[in-house]
Amino acid sequence: MSTYETITKLIAETKDMDPADIKAEMTFADLGLDSLDVAELVMNMEDELNVTIEISPALKTVQDVVALVEAQQK
Amino acid sequence: MRIISFGHALPKRSVTNQELTAFLDTTDEWIVEHTGIRSRRILSGKETVSGLGAKAAKMALTRAGLTAKDVDYILCSTTAGEMTFPATSCLIQEKLGATCPSMDLNAGCTGFLYALDMADALLSSGKAKRVLVLCAEQISRLSDWTDRSTCVLFGDAAGAALCEAGDGLKTIRLSAKGNATPLHAWPDGGNSPFLEDRQPAQPLYMNGQEIFKFAVSHSSRDIAAVMADADLTADQVDHFVLHQANLRIIEAARARLKQPTEKFPVNIHDHGNTSSACIPVLLSEMAEDGRLLRGQTLVLSAFGAGLTTGAAVLQY
Repeated sequence: MSTYETITKLIAETKDMDPADIKAEMTFADLGLDSLDVAELVMNMEDELNVTIEISPALKTVQDVVALVEAQQK
Repeated sequence: MRIISFGHALPKRSVTNQELTAFLDTTDEWIVEHTGIRSRRILSGKETVSGLGAKAAKMALTRAGLTAKDVDYILCSTTAGEMTFPATSCLIQEKLGATCPSMDLNAGCTGFLYALDMADALLSSGKAKRVLVLCAEQISRLSDWTDRSTCVLFGDAAGAALCEAGDGLKTIRLSAKGNATPLHAWPDGGNSPFLEDRQPAQPLYMNGQEIFKFAVSHSSRDIAAVMADADLTADQVDHFVLHQANLRIIEAARARLKQPTEKFPVNIHDHGNTSSACIPVLLSEMAEDGRLLRGQTLVLSAFGAGLTTGAAVLQY
């Protein structure tokens, strides 16, 4: 499973939605994620992908998260 | 150490979410959905936090059939305290008419666990026969009542646990990871002419996302650790009594432990987060309404400013 697929799967689990409905350019707000949903999602990504993610205002879209995780995996 | 009785006291004034909308840009629905809180009790008029503490202490003493003269140590966990000094425990001691040593400790919202550990040390060393553990909290004094993201979360309360030597406390783990950044408040910096930058008073600040992450990860890890220490499985635990910071933190920890909601008692709906008083107040209410029974196995877990954490297995 690619990083993108893992992340969309985790987002889908957080909000109980279909991973196919999640697009890279979507923001957390588009996905209906509030600040604590994002914190929970980040924790789940840290557990599953073995990375450390600092929540910052720059982190807005699905693509932002994928890029951050991929940078750490290199 | 074992706990022989609990007590609690709450301010008279209940403040609903609706009332907060009069001066904050928020709604009842938003607060309920994001925190689980519908109302909180706030000290008002001439009420004092030491008054609440004394009331909680008297309830614990009455339930145990004892008086203040039977207590030989008072430990009071408090984040704000009533005065800078003397200690809030001394103010409460005076109200109770007790004569024993009394002191405060501050481990933020984890204070009850830290105080239980200290009580255990005093009791197992034989330095005390009966320790009154108090948690007297007035976070409303530290709150920034213009900050809708934090002031809605907290309430005032006092809880008490009367402790004697025994084997009720099966295991306890405490931690501290010094880091003021995500959760802090500053008192007034005074007027010393020798300081370069006097820190002005600053109300409570909290980075909710950081604390949420810290809380959920540490809480579930601490709970797993104390259960392993006590050789317990989650199914053998009667109640998981967690710090009442946010219903979603409790829910996230519950989901990670795969246990039913009924095992996670809450009072956050109408008390809010009462800092270190959350757990003893909840246990006292459970003892009152019959949910907490002698012999039951409890897992306690809290986290707070410090950053501190604590978890314990307790047989009541």
